[in-house]
Amino acid sequence: MTDKAWSDAWSLLPAYLTPHIVLSAAALALGLLVSLPLAVAIAGRPRLRWPVLAVAGLIQTIPGLALLALFYPLLLALSAVTLHAFGFAIPALGFLPTLIALTLYAMLPILRNGVAGLNGVDPDVVEAAEGVGMTPRQVLLRVKAPLAAPVVMAGVRTAAVWTIGAATLSTPVGQTSLGNYIFTGLQTENWVSVLFGCIAAAALALVADIFLGLIETGLAQRRHTRMALGVAGLLLGTLAGLTPLLANGTATYTIGAKNFSEQFILAELMGERLKAEGASVAHKDGLGSAVAFRALAHDDIDVYVDYSGTLWSNVMGRGDMLRRDVMQKEIARWMKAEQGVTVLGPLGFENAYVLAMKRDRAATLGVSTLDDLARVAPQLVIGSDIEFLSRPEWTALKDAYGLSFKGQRSFNPTIMYRALETGEVDVISAFSSDGRMASLDLVALGDPKQAAPAYDALILLAPKRANDERLKRALTPLIGAIPVEAMRAANLAVDRDADKASPAQAARDLAATLHLQP
Amino acid sequence: MPDAPCPLIEVKSLSKSFDGGRGFAVADVSLAIAAGSLVALVGSSGSGKTTLLKCVNRLIEPDKGEVRIDGVDVNGMAAPELRRGIGYVFQGVGLFPHMRVGENIGITPKLLGWPAEKIDARVAELLDLVDLPRDHARRFPHMLSGGQRQRVGVARAIAARPRIMLMDEPFGALDPVTRDDLGSAYRKLHDSLGMTTLMVTHDVQEAALLADRIVVMKGGRIVADGTPQALMANAADPDVAALMAVPKRQAERIGRLMATAEQPS
Repeated sequence: MTDKAWSDAWSLLPAYLTPHIVLSAAALALGLLVSLPLAVAIAGRPRLRWPVLAVAGLIQTIPGLALLALFYPLLLALSAVTLHAFGFAIPALGFLPTLIALTLYAMLPILRNGVAGLNGVDPDVVEAAEGVGMTPRQVLLRVKAPLAAPVVMAGVRTAAVWTIGAATLSTPVGQTSLGNYIFTGLQTENWVSVLFGCIAAAALALVADIFLGLIETGLAQRRHTRMALGVAGLLLGTLAGLTPLLANGTATYTIGAKNFSEQFILAELMGERLKAEGASVAHKDGLGSAVAFRALAHDDIDVYVDYSGTLWSNVMGRGDMLRRDVMQKEIARWMKAEQGVTVLGPLGFENAYVLAMKRDRAATLGVSTLDDLARVAPQLVIGSDIEFLSRPEWTALKDAYGLSFKGQRSFNPTIMYRALETGEVDVISAFSSDGRMASLDLVALGDPKQAAPAYDALILLAPKRANDERLKRALTPLIGAIPVEAMRAANLAVDRDADKASPAQAARDLAATLHLQP
Repeated sequence: MPDAPCPLIEVKSLSKSFDGGRGFAVADVSLAIAAGSLVALVGSSGSGKTTLLKCVNRLIEPDKGEVRIDGVDVNGMAAPELRRGIGYVFQGVGLFPHMRVGENIGITPKLLGWPAEKIDARVAELLDLVDLPRDHARRFPHMLSGGQRQRVGVARAIAARPRIMLMDEPFGALDPVTRDDLGSAYRKLHDSLGMTTLMVTHDVQEAALLADRIVVMKGGRIVADGTPQALMANAADPDVAALMAVPKRQAERIGRLMATAEQPS
């Protein structure tokens, strides 16, 4: 199994490493381009220096993931402005927000060392430079810059290592990177994948640092061969990273997926069908729930699967409850009218939020419905994924049944199941299509008052794909074709501890079981 | 005062304050320096001698008054342009550590756009002139001794054949032997190249031995101005008299010492 996992990880390396290199190199280059002139401008001006360094330092204190996440809504707003003013929208997902965030991240060490380097030049040498008749520009370029260079390079090295590390956080905002190993690995409990991602990112940082180190010592000791070696290494590495990108060109379709196994499997399933139609496909995996829909509505991705209940309450802001078929019709109508988004149709299974307990524990407590649960809830601890407790569904359930727990804890979904097994929590927010419902022998507690909405899986198409016949032809056979048992089995294959399948493998198996081979 | 018909350097009513006008580093100073003379600016620290010197090549901009060279106001020229025509040597030397000795010496000619062969020839000539082996052109400044570095500093200052040299405690950080050596070597250069030199020093003895004329400053003003002989013979200001008495007293003591040393016991 492990060998298989390693070889799976290896096969993904070009797809993940390339954008990682491009992203890091671009962010570092941009960081240099902004920071070096800025350092020159503020080095001699203490009144300007303090606020600029303070702001750069403040940016550094924002957690990397939060900084990346912040740029998505910012760019969306900016995109609306440019669309209104100039007639084009800037992409708010993927490369651009990541590039901006990483550039900001790279700035502080370059700025700080730039200022320290420039101000550290011996004042006698500067006086001599002025005395022999250099212009201020010549003093900067011929004397200050070369003397400050080793200190500046030390800052560039720090920035490079930070940038390469922080670039792994770009996955949730839709930018493929080595972080995909880590984020998908964490979701599917594929530790080999997580480890592989960490090692790959560390190795890349190390290699970049070695080459930058050559440049640094080359500058300090004025050894030109060393410097040339470092520069050549960096250039070759970046070019090597760029070649697959140039060869591939751009993909025809971009398929989105939120951050859990079922979404990865369905994205692979749709991708295989599109490839069979002769289209090229790119994946944006691990998107945040709200990010995914906005990305689709803004044509940043072309297609993804979402769930009726999520769309109903989170996107449409509806609090009322309708019958399943009426609700689906209303969603389709609203999506078209308000967002231009096409609901291609339901896949046939539901992935609803249910409250679940271990079967024996439920039996001991005499709990089979949420009414029963409400009675014993004050003695129990509920565990949930990070979203659930802030979702309107939870409020609806809580109010309808008067649920009040002794404690509540949030987890990464995979770890949440483990917490239920070890007895850390008694009840969890589970998903009805989750493979672990069967494998861990869990019971979903009944909802007699029908307080929770339906969560039918729906294929959504981006506005610009509304009339894309090839896309529709490829995906329509999936409509109504996936029963919940088949989805559970596919999910289990990816989520289980032993003999794990990759999402791609699970998607192929699912297609085979359902005779959906393209 | 040794008058020349048209002074090469003319300082007119120059004032400079570093604290917005409460105190003056240089207060209403006027001075005329004849071509070919070596003038020493003497005074204790804070007397304003360095400020006055740096106003000549505009490393410091005065608040009031003007400096004229050959009758032309230096404020009318671009400062870098002005400085390329004036040699400048100071105690810190300030050799460029990332450039070889040859590049250091050739910097002003390079800024002036001389062709490379001409610069190389000039560097070799200057190394001979300041008594350094020619192969030192390939060395970096950190490989030289303090005295050698100051020789390079002098060579760099005179590389573009300036008519004027400004020197700020040029030999202050050197040991006495090197100092004396370099001092007399410079005086020879000054004469053979026909330069005009303004030299700041706090060492009266050095001033007396090297200069044609000594200008004594105190509190931003000139308190005495004359040949070394004249100032030693008779100075109106008691502080100046005390100052000028130092080298005389030292010379007398040394003379007595020498006399006793020569007498067999």
